[in-house]
Amino acid sequence: MKKDIILAGVGGQGILSIATIIGEAAMNCGLNIKQAEVHGMSQRGGDVQSNLRISSAPILSDLIPLRGADIIISLEPMESLRYLPFLAENGWVVTNSEPFINIPNYPETDAVMAELKKVKNLVVLDVDKIAKECGNPRAANMVLLGAATPYLGMDMARIEEGIESIFARKGHEVVESNVKALRAGRAVAESK
Amino acid sequence: MKKKLLLLGDEAIAMAALNSGISGVYAYPGTPSTEITEFIQGSKTAKENGVHSKWCTNEKTAMEAALGVSYVGRRAMVCMKHVGMNVAADAFVNSGITGANGGVVVVAADDPSMHSSQNEQDSRFYGKFAFIPVFEPSSQQEAYDMTRYAFEFSEKMGTPVLLRITTRMAHSRAVVEVDDSYGKKADLHFPANPMNWVLLPANSKRRYAEVLELNKKLADISDNSDYNRYIDGPDRSMGIIACGIAYNYLMENMKHGCNYPVLKISQYPFPKAMISRMASECDSILVLEEGQPLLEEYLRGILDNGIKIYGRLSGEVPRTGELNADNIKPAIGLGEVPSSVIPDVVVNRPPALCQGCGHRDVYASLNEALKEYPDHKVFSDIGCYTLGALPPFRAIDSTVDMGASITMAKGASDAGFFPAVAVIGDSTFTHSGITGLLDAANSNANITVVISDNLTTGMTGGQDSAGTGKLERICEAVGVEKEHIRVVVPLAKNMDEIKKVIKEELDYKGVSVIIPRRECIQTFSRKARQKKAQQE
Repeated sequence: MKKDIILAGVGGQGILSIATIIGEAAMNCGLNIKQAEVHGMSQRGGDVQSNLRISSAPILSDLIPLRGADIIISLEPMESLRYLPFLAENGWVVTNSEPFINIPNYPETDAVMAELKKVKNLVVLDVDKIAKECGNPRAANMVLLGAATPYLGMDMARIEEGIESIFARKGHEVVESNVKALRAGRAVAESK
Repeated sequence: MKKKLLLLGDEAIAMAALNSGISGVYAYPGTPSTEITEFIQGSKTAKENGVHSKWCTNEKTAMEAALGVSYVGRRAMVCMKHVGMNVAADAFVNSGITGANGGVVVVAADDPSMHSSQNEQDSRFYGKFAFIPVFEPSSQQEAYDMTRYAFEFSEKMGTPVLLRITTRMAHSRAVVEVDDSYGKKADLHFPANPMNWVLLPANSKRRYAEVLELNKKLADISDNSDYNRYIDGPDRSMGIIACGIAYNYLMENMKHGCNYPVLKISQYPFPKAMISRMASECDSILVLEEGQPLLEEYLRGILDNGIKIYGRLSGEVPRTGELNADNIKPAIGLGEVPSSVIPDVVVNRPPALCQGCGHRDVYASLNEALKEYPDHKVFSDIGCYTLGALPPFRAIDSTVDMGASITMAKGASDAGFFPAVAVIGDSTFTHSGITGLLDAANSNANITVVISDNLTTGMTGGQDSAGTGKLERICEAVGVEKEHIRVVVPLAKNMDEIKKVIKEELDYKGVSVIIPRRECIQTFSRKARQKKAQQE
């Protein structure tokens, strides 16, 4: 089993919480993990990414090679496109549909969507909207993670346990509402 | 007891330092090294055992404090980003001569590809220069194990050890097996020969000879180190030397084993016998090393008339930037680097000052105030406010090294230029700006210094700033006239007042300091969130 995952977004959006939960689940499955993060200057509203590698075999490079990623999970549509050279031929792109516009020259949304539609294996969803519908607007990340779960090669139960151990200290209700958001995201992917 | 944890390379090093019984960690924040000290600051066990972990004013004070710990027989770790080594260099290089009593491990976190830095200098050069052994782990587990070993080694050999890591090691997580027991501090004890620490010429000459002898011994140890491995292969048309993390990028491409002989190096001085073996058994040598071509240059020499050597200098490996599994492909005979063209629709998204950040108001008012002087120059410094160089502000003309804003403005003024303005942050000011301000005051330089005080070390994530609450007194004490130390609050509603203050101080023929003071928006929101969480 090997999954190379690129997490993408804009500094401050919180891609690392997704990485933490997948990492937790992978560790509980007894898998090897490497997760390269971006800290420092790039976090100030710039593009950010994290390389997450999980595998039953030992992992060497901390970075995913070009055309090696099984999934790109992105909180921002244009940012998902930035890492396409890393996507494997049969890899998946799972991305939020709503642009994060903090630069004056952000492209036309239609142009971004047209480019995205060229991707063979694609899930696009409005994670903020779905999170609100679930009653937890702060769980947009979990909706996105949920939409990626069919392609992670791990049982849904392991991911839910990951959420539980990360959010446990915040109480049962917080765990439940995050799991609900996760399932809502998965439902979108499964309806594709 | 052993346990497995998912740790950043930085955290694995911190954990190992605690397990080694350090008396303290000494550091100034700097990406990608910051999380080492933060991990220790957050450790309950560190607190219970009185492990010192308060931030230092700069890397030099950190290095010197660690030497003090070592002198009295206990263990200390010093952490910094690569350019911090330049600041600590006086103490670091001379510590090669004093040697160590209690174990001293200096962690230098290099940043090839300059993700958050102004250059990609390679700290291994400092080890070579100071005759200090260098450890360069290739995995997070090795980072933990080598840090443990480094403390033992430092005491056994009587020398500080430099632990060199890079961004991908510092900021990448992996499962690491660590000890569950915490180390105990040694009893205080002084150096066997206290004169080694009095670097008068007579002592230094004796010590220098001893250090050179020790260095030969260290090279022999490298040849027998478990962390340097010679893995033979059937295809001897080329041998590959992979240093530190470069080994991973090589093996990522050689999942089923490498046909070429491979020498993995993680402990320096260079293992001479192992390298000689490769040179005698192989037709050519490829050097893969992260950072600058230190080993390659050594092997090649000026005459370059020996065995064929491939690497960054010969062009088979990129001359600059980080290595990765892709860009070494041509060098190991695996074809071209795959295409990395991104769709045209994707535009750059550079980092920017946060919305609501006080530095924004500082630059907005400064730009306005300086409109009258179209030829003005603003010398700036290292921190979040360096982003003032980018649109929409384009407000600064230089950023070179910690503290250079004040001294460069002074130099420009000395040379007859007006108006020379300096913009520096509060933490950078105490790190390396105070002495420059003293110079400026002593020669009554005609400069205007803006200390943009957000009450924290912002760029690295909001650590304590050494001068908080003391800035006006520091400026006055070094000789700035009290009436030319002006404090303002950088908010849009105060724009007119700030502009007026700046203009008045530009008109003053001497050193003025303007201190716009407002808490960093990130630390402010964090505290608000923590408060809310506590109330809930």
